[in-house]
Amino acid sequence: MKISFETVEYVAGLARLNLSEKEKEMMVVSMSGILEYMDKLNSLDTEGVKPLEHVEPMSNVFRKDVVAESFDRDSILANAPDKEEGAFRVPKIVE
Amino acid sequence: MNYEVVIGLEIHVELATKSKIFCGCTTKFGGEINTHCCPICTSMPGTLPVMNERVVEFAAKAGLAMNCEIANFSKMDRKNYFYPDLPKAYQISQFDLPICKGGYVDIEIEGKTKRIGITRIHMEEDAGKLLHDQWEKGSLVDYNRCGVPLIEIVSEPDMRSPEEARAYAEKVRLILQYTGVSDCKMQEGSLRADVNLSLRPIGQKKFGTRTEMKNLNSFRAILRAAESEIQRQSRVLDEGGVITQETRRWDDDEGKSYAMRNKEEAHDYRYFPEPDLVPIELTDETINKYRESLPELSHERVKRYIHKLGIPEYDASLITASVKTADFFDDTVNSGADPKTASNWIMGNLMRLMKEVNTEDIPFGGEMLHELIGLIEKGAISNNIAKTVFAEMFRTGKTPLEIVKEKGLEVVSDAGELGQIVDKIISANSKSVEDYLGGKQKAIGFLMGQVMKETKGKANPPMVNKLLRDKLELLK
Ligand SMILES: [Zn+2]
Repeated sequence: MKISFETVEYVAGLARLNLSEKEKEMMVVSMSGILEYMDKLNSLDTEGVKPLEHVEPMSNVFRKDVVAESFDRDSILANAPDKEEGAFRVPKIVE
Repeated sequence: MNYEVVIGLEIHVELATKSKIFCGCTTKFGGEINTHCCPICTSMPGTLPVMNERVVEFAAKAGLAMNCEIANFSKMDRKNYFYPDLPKAYQISQFDLPICKGGYVDIEIEGKTKRIGITRIHMEEDAGKLLHDQWEKGSLVDYNRCGVPLIEIVSEPDMRSPEEARAYAEKVRLILQYTGVSDCKMQEGSLRADVNLSLRPIGQKKFGTRTEMKNLNSFRAILRAAESEIQRQSRVLDEGGVITQETRRWDDDEGKSYAMRNKEEAHDYRYFPEPDLVPIELTDETINKYRESLPELSHERVKRYIHKLGIPEYDASLITASVKTADFFDDTVNSGADPKTASNWIMGNLMRLMKEVNTEDIPFGGEMLHELIGLIEKGAISNNIAKTVFAEMFRTGKTPLEIVKEKGLEVVSDAGELGQIVDKIISANSKSVEDYLGGKQKAIGFLMGQVMKETKGKANPPMVNKLLRDKLELLK
């Protein structure tokens, strides 16, 4: 399957990536390569093979419902690019 | 043109765990902003989530209470979108293998039972909170809610009116409260609904195009938003227009909804399996253990109240409308009170007080009401005084005996003391006395009232009655 230029632009938009025209062209080539490999996998007969839901052969790793101390606010905010009155500050959001 | 309304609901409910879904931070409501946070729930690089086992248990129990099939195998997935309330830029949720599938809830509508299908219930994390408006140059973010465990309950498009949608949401809330998996406090936003609504000409099989209204946090908002959307869509269709599939934001103050921006991207979440969390496997044995540990639900309690405790159906359904009043009723009866007396107190006084201050919490246990009823039965306080005491108990949480002692509310049964008061009332109300002596039996009621007023309701009524009659007899 070959991916279109428009699809690359759409996916880049969803991922908030600013790609140059040249980068988009490159993406068309490399993403098409990935999808072609998927096509190849799809051509195999997997009748009766259980789907792999997770790469780790494990399940049920849980923690108990116990409250632990949270971090103090200054350390939570220490790496914030912008903050105000104990809150993270982000560009204005309009719905 | 006449249309048939088709409504489906997605209800998000906060689970009643102590800690968050993937870290040990508290889920307590309130608290200074960004103080219930750690590197995991603020998504610092290099951190790993670990599933809270209670979240799995609660989600499965919610499913069982709503007649769902519980999955032996389920897993978590990433739902990708960018919004500053979501610091990872993805929400850990469930996509194709949710923990519960295919259940139903029965609602009562216009005296009939209607079954609403449940498509699925899945587990996910809540996002943080944007503090809008205060700042011109930016939005502020509080991550205290980020990582609080939620379940999302997705219904089938089985509802045919706003009233049915409301009844369904109320029923789901009741079931969750009884099951103990959520307290569903509406004021704290721990139950929120998205309403999916479409219209189709009556008789048409195919569904019309639907819109989704997000984040309705009261039953009234669900009802009003649905009503308004029906009107809006009918208008568009009547004018020959087409409905655009979109997400709309309901403004409860204005009573209007608005299309949200970025709609073309809104549903492209690019889900993929969460590699940081391993799958969840529940054996039939575990699922059965959960099933057996489910508490008695509301319809079961209604039956028990009617058949075992002999209270009227009306009382039973009113009391079980909230798990708080139902538990309180059980406590009162279990401590020895007569069921009908207890239910009268709950339906009359307790529910009025709860409504007045708009709370669902009762500040004392059922044994306190039993104590109060005991005081009336012993003749220590009158029924009217008991109402005052009850209101005071509700306000202060003090015991009935404490309040009676503190305020000196015991019934006055001292014949000498009451005799003096009766004499005083007789001499001060010669008109009524004459009326009575002239044959107007009713006049004694007025005199009784005056004595009760004089004693601030504390006089022993049968005794006052007797004293009055005896003394008036002497005047004949
Ligand atoms: Zn945390």
